[in-house]
Amino acid sequence: MHTDNNSNRIVTIETIVEETPSVKTFFFKDKLSSLSMAGQFLMVWIPRIEELPLSVMISHKQDFAAVTIRKHGYGSSSLFNLKKGDKLGIRGPYGNYFVFKEYKNIVLIGGGTGLVPLVRLLYQLKQEKIEITIIIGSKTKDEIFFVDLINKILENNETYKILISTEDGSFGKKGYPSDILDEMILDKNKKIDMIYTCGPELMMKKIFDGAFKKDIPVQASLERYMKCGIGICSSCCINDKLVCYDGTIFNNEQLEKLSEFGFNYRDKSGRLQQYNSV
Amino acid sequence: MDDNISLKIAGINLKNPLIVASGFLGLSQHIFKRLYNLGAGAIVSKSISILPREGYRNPTIVSIDGNSYLNAVGLANPGLESFSNEIICNDVPLFVSIVGSSFEDFAKIVNKLKNFNILGFELNLSCPHVEKMGMEIGDDPKAVFDIINIVKKNTNKPLFVKVGIGNSNIITIAKVAEEAGADGITAINTIRAMKIDIETGYPILENKIGGLSGACIKPMGIRCVYELKKNINIPIIGCGGIMSYKDVIEYLMAGASAVQIGSILGFKGLNIFKDINNDLQNFLEMKNYSHIGEIIGIAHRQ
Repeated sequence: MHTDNNSNRIVTIETIVEETPSVKTFFFKDKLSSLSMAGQFLMVWIPRIEELPLSVMISHKQDFAAVTIRKHGYGSSSLFNLKKGDKLGIRGPYGNYFVFKEYKNIVLIGGGTGLVPLVRLLYQLKQEKIEITIIIGSKTKDEIFFVDLINKILENNETYKILISTEDGSFGKKGYPSDILDEMILDKNKKIDMIYTCGPELMMKKIFDGAFKKDIPVQASLERYMKCGIGICSSCCINDKLVCYDGTIFNNEQLEKLSEFGFNYRDKSGRLQQYNSV
Repeated sequence: MDDNISLKIAGINLKNPLIVASGFLGLSQHIFKRLYNLGAGAIVSKSISILPREGYRNPTIVSIDGNSYLNAVGLANPGLESFSNEIICNDVPLFVSIVGSSFEDFAKIVNKLKNFNILGFELNLSCPHVEKMGMEIGDDPKAVFDIINIVKKNTNKPLFVKVGIGNSNIITIAKVAEEAGADGITAINTIRAMKIDIETGYPILENKIGGLSGACIKPMGIRCVYELKKNINIPIIGCGGIMSYKDVIEYLMAGASAVQIGSILGFKGLNIFKDINNDLQNFLEMKNYSHIGEIIGIAHRQ
């Protein structure tokens, strides 16, 4: 299935966009990556440093793709500090992708770099007629990004809405994106055909739980620690699924059966750990 | 249905000869169950050590030529305590692979797990990329003898010893293992190898050197199994580069009683077991063999 995209392709960082003081997007030329579906990921090699699984970000330039990263650990900070002209190794794209059918009303919910696959979905949909609500969650006002980009992608869609929540209340609604969704769900006149989400797992779990009560279908992109990216090492397992091989997107029927979703993850050694509940 | 490919090895009944090799998908009971339901004959766990190991930083796996892998995962595993909780209700045919850096390590692991519902143990004495835990022990005949001795003193469960191509002669080590009481030999492990990216001039693996698996090591695996069959009497599990039923047949003809597979799962996905088993049965039928056991070692005919 992944035979052609497995080899490491060396690409040059051509453009860097600073999204926030701690988030940057790195653009590079790679045809295979540019053809990625929304939600697929790349294994990105920062030579001598680390290899990271990163969702494929859009680029408006033909045959270009990008990755968006928040500096956080050793690997992501090293990538964050790279300069234009530096080299990266790329393999992939891997994994499945968000599925879109004839939906009339969709909600996209993301937090932080979790917006990346959702932005790619919007970019690929090119839907002018459907009702789209984008809910963006952030800790604080300064960490909100991609809003201008989303406005541009949807400039021909007259009904879309962007709703924002911040944990400290510095912008939009104070709280979590799931709070905004809960209010939307309470509005009986509001029909939602599909919720797409990517972000912190506990946020997605709340969204799933809220949607489950109202029978609203969900597609969620899950994140787990990964080593191989190709379904052979088990590092990213959640119950009997491998996030890299069976996912990263799981629908509500699958999520319902994943008892570890929102509760457990595996650490680097493979030990099952518990999320700290919020 | 699978009767003509079921087999018995070291007293263990398997529904077919396809065993998932250690290192592949070997840490979750849910995944073990899935592999078994997909048609695996048995599964070998990741190599378990006393304490959890995070392994090396990524990159830990590099694809080579679309049919082989170079890996240096660094024996990442959840450790004895956590893994024993994982498999406490095990109900699938599972071997536990073990690694250690002292005799006490091996004894401790075996004692903790010997009464679990598992088929047996596999000693990993041939990991090519972790110092003092794998090949360094496996190259030392005296250490190999003593470790097997300790394990066998502590459990009656079958013990397979996984050997590889290191600095010592694989036949010498396998003979020592047989003398020490091993119930079978798994051959071969990955082979020390390396990949340098020529654009940047850097080795890709974080550990620089890793172990090579996949199609490119199969001829070496076949050679080892063939030579081992001539020199030892305990059963052999053939391993290295199996990409189709033909490779399974080749290993069996060289003298293996069963096989382990791994890299193929990365290239062809998890749903390959039923197809390979069907292909094996078709082959036997076409060639008028009534049971898979009839082809074991036939390459040794004069």
